Amino acid sequence: MLWVSRKTIKMNYFPDEVLEHMFFFITSHKDRNSVSLVCKSWYKIERYSRQRVFIGNCYSISPERLIARFPGLKSLTLKGKPHFADFNLVPHEWGGFVYPWIEALAKSRIGLEELRLKRMVVSDESLEFLSKSFVNFKSLVLVSCEGFTTDGLAAIAANCRFLRELDLQENEVDDQRGHWLSCFPESCTSLVTLNFACLKGEINLGALERLVVRSPNLKSLRLNHAVPLDTLQKLLMQAPQLVDLGTGSYVDDPSSEAYSKLKSVFQRCKSIRSLSGFFEVAPHCMSAIYPICRNLTFLNLSYAPGLHGNELTKLIQHCRKLQRLWILDCIGDKGLGVVASTCKELQELRVFPSDLGPGNAAMTEEGLVLLSEGCPKLNSLLYFCQQMTNAALITVAKNCPNFIRFRLCILDPVKCDPVTNQPLDEGFGAIVHFCKGLKRLSLTGLLTDQVFNYIGMYAEQLEMLSIAFAGDSDEGMLYVLNGCKKLRKLEIMKSRFGNAALLEDMGKYEAMRSLWMSSCEVTLGGCKTLAEKMPRLSVEIINESEQMEFSHDDRQKVDKMYLYRTLVGHRKDSPAFVCIL
Amino acid sequence: MESGCSKNGEACPQFLDLIPQQRDWHVKREDERRHGSSEEKKLELRLGPPGEDNWSIKEATKNNTRERDESLLLLGYFSSMKSNGKQTHKLPTPEDHPVGSALSTPWTKIHQHNHQQQTQPQSFLQFPSTSPQSLLVAAKESSQPCCTKAVDFQNAEKKAFSPPANTAVPSNSSQKRTAPGPVVGWPPVRSFRKNLASGSSSKPASETPSVVPHKVANEKPATQPSGKGLLVKINMDGVPIGRKVDLRAYDSYEKLSTAVDELFRGLLAAQRDSFAGGTENKQEEEKVVMGLLDGSGEYTLVYEDNEGDRMLVGDVPWHMFVSTVKRLRVLKRSELSALSLGSSKQRKIPA
Repeated sequence: MLWVSRKTIKMNYFPDEVLEHMFFFITSHKDRNSVSLVCKSWYKIERYSRQRVFIGNCYSISPERLIARFPGLKSLTLKGKPHFADFNLVPHEWGGFVYPWIEALAKSRIGLEELRLKRMVVSDESLEFLSKSFVNFKSLVLVSCEGFTTDGLAAIAANCRFLRELDLQENEVDDQRGHWLSCFPESCTSLVTLNFACLKGEINLGALERLVVRSPNLKSLRLNHAVPLDTLQKLLMQAPQLVDLGTGSYVDDPSSEAYSKLKSVFQRCKSIRSLSGFFEVAPHCMSAIYPICRNLTFLNLSYAPGLHGNELTKLIQHCRKLQRLWILDCIGDKGLGVVASTCKELQELRVFPSDLGPGNAAMTEEGLVLLSEGCPKLNSLLYFCQQMTNAALITVAKNCPNFIRFRLCILDPVKCDPVTNQPLDEGFGAIVHFCKGLKRLSLTGLLTDQVFNYIGMYAEQLEMLSIAFAGDSDEGMLYVLNGCKKLRKLEIMKSRFGNAALLEDMGKYEAMRSLWMSSCEVTLGGCKTLAEKMPRLSVEIINESEQMEFSHDDRQKVDKMYLYRTLVGHRKDSPAFVCIL
Repeated sequence: MESGCSKNGEACPQFLDLIPQQRDWHVKREDERRHGSSEEKKLELRLGPPGEDNWSIKEATKNNTRERDESLLLLGYFSSMKSNGKQTHKLPTPEDHPVGSALSTPWTKIHQHNHQQQTQPQSFLQFPSTSPQSLLVAAKESSQPCCTKAVDFQNAEKKAFSPPANTAVPSNSSQKRTAPGPVVGWPPVRSFRKNLASGSSSKPASETPSVVPHKVANEKPATQPSGKGLLVKINMDGVPIGRKVDLRAYDSYEKLSTAVDELFRGLLAAQRDSFAGGTENKQEEEKVVMGLLDGSGEYTLVYEDNEGDRMLVGDVPWHMFVSTVKRLRVLKRSELSALSLGSSKQRKIPA
């Protein structure tokens, strides 16, 4: 954190180069933003020296203004759709197109080297355009994006001569059965990261092997399901220096030659710290991994429903240095007890549901309590479970006061504390009280306005709050809006918050990135009022049902409203079903 | 307020102003500091440093009094209990219940009371305090089963929750929170994880029959584009009229097999009836279309892929199958050997 007082006016007498050199050491976006606000001269120096820019909402600013301010831009991070788009609440054509950004950057001859996109629509054309426009392009990271096919990947592979990083995380990619892997030229030897785990189609295994052979710098390799175990073994022979490995399909006969070779090659892979994949897994092949386990800091088994609880625990008992664990609820409460006694360094846990049928979730509050007792360093949690109690939440809050992210999802979203039949207000209240650094919170269970009262009072660092099926009245939302000074993102579905809450403090939304409200009590009239009074907000109404034309009945409840602050007014690329008030 | 404190250093409830609109959190906190006695300060949650003994569970279990204090003051909510005497009966003794449930009950009373206060936006200083002894006395009472009273209380709460001048939905009845039916956006799981979850069997991969080794392969993070049907023709030997199936409606080979069975059963029955009537044929017909996938029935299922090859259904993971299948055919097993099929055991290798 850079402290500046009036006495440092003298610093302006330093030549710009000196200041620029000092700013070089300031890397966090927030700090750089603060630096730019000190004075005009610092603003100028900062903006010319800024290389990395993060834009949390691609519609809050235009590419032209970005380029005008930061001509030295090398790395751009953009986020598009709101978070609830992950759960099918936002139609695919809503927006978040990256093409205009690439076009503008290309035209202005920015020397782009890195592009990181999340929840954006990326077309093959934009990938091709990207690949041909920036000579020094090195790194493409796409998270939860859609709209492209393997043809776009082929263009990236073929044209980006110095590509270091191609990282595809959980995207929806259409497989055109092209041979994009073969499009990496023989001269491409610079790959450090290659992650294509989310691709659904077949892979040219020979091309993959040749690529890995000629990539001595490869540190991170995540394969998709189409890569079988014997190929994995061959790849590892060529790349024992890997730090991050995602297996493909991990099935073979344990007596096979490939499997025994794999066992011995795993013993040589001393650098692997992060392990994922295991789409399709044969439990009896897991013992090959044990030699790697002792050094693992990240283990992701959340795509492997074929592993039972006891197989999981047997594996985890070897992972004493684990810091992050993503797992399915097959592990069960007792399994979490094993995690608690083994993984003392654990900081992040995500437990995903393996069966979404009602009443089938395997986790209860017991697992979480056991975990909290054994892992005091826990700071990030995503926990899908069958039930939760206030007592457990209070215990967890006390055991683990370091939570930064706490996301609890009880599959029956309005389930009360089964022991006391009370709402879970007290439990979550304890979480926000004891965990003073809490930045992100997702709530479920039977909740009343009281929990929001607690949140408003105690969650001083809260930046993102997700609410579903909660809240009795506008008071709830008001507690949050008034109390959480650092709130940036608020997303609400199916809760009883209406116009009174929405309109109480409209200025608040300019201090936030965005607000999402769906299936609440907000009406069209309320949204219109807000849009009228706040010109620097963009208030979008998303109406998917065909028959619902944008009626002029202001009393009609709005199905989905998404509003965000913006410096560039209403976007021009919204589809017909989005009405920007 | 101070007068209400009992002498043995137990809970002295203070009342917090819960009206958020006032936005004077800092002022309120200072007020509390000024007016709290040292005992209260010790017990008041927000002032105590995290490591303070008051808040450790071990302390609480050792000392019932402490535990009760803790339970009463856990979240810093000090309620002046006016006439909640009835509800105090619900406080279970700390000895009878684990700390957890002892903790939960006082809070609900407190917040119900607090909520009532919301309609009168006064500073917490002005609220008269009830004797905290009523709280403590209640704690010593033998516990009552909390279930029914909790429910009653909850209903009472809900009625109290509708503030008079509010536009919110009033008189929330106890059934306001029924478990919702299938809701878009719930549960908050990414779609490829949903496919993973619904497609997986509870058996590990090793237990599935070897003929269909990839049945559990739905765990790859593939997403089926929503809203796109995939209708493919399906013909059956001996049945001149074909059908169409929407492959997006299924997520596993078993479901497809069942669907195919149902599709053709009627047609087969009609045909058989025309050759020979009688119930025995109908019984045969029940079985005849079963065993499509594991080679045990009279028929087997093959498909034509996008390269024009005829392939045996069941070798590749479901998602891969769906992406490459062009049409389906139900063949009599006796005809299999007569046809040239692609190798059924190998994966398809791209050229």
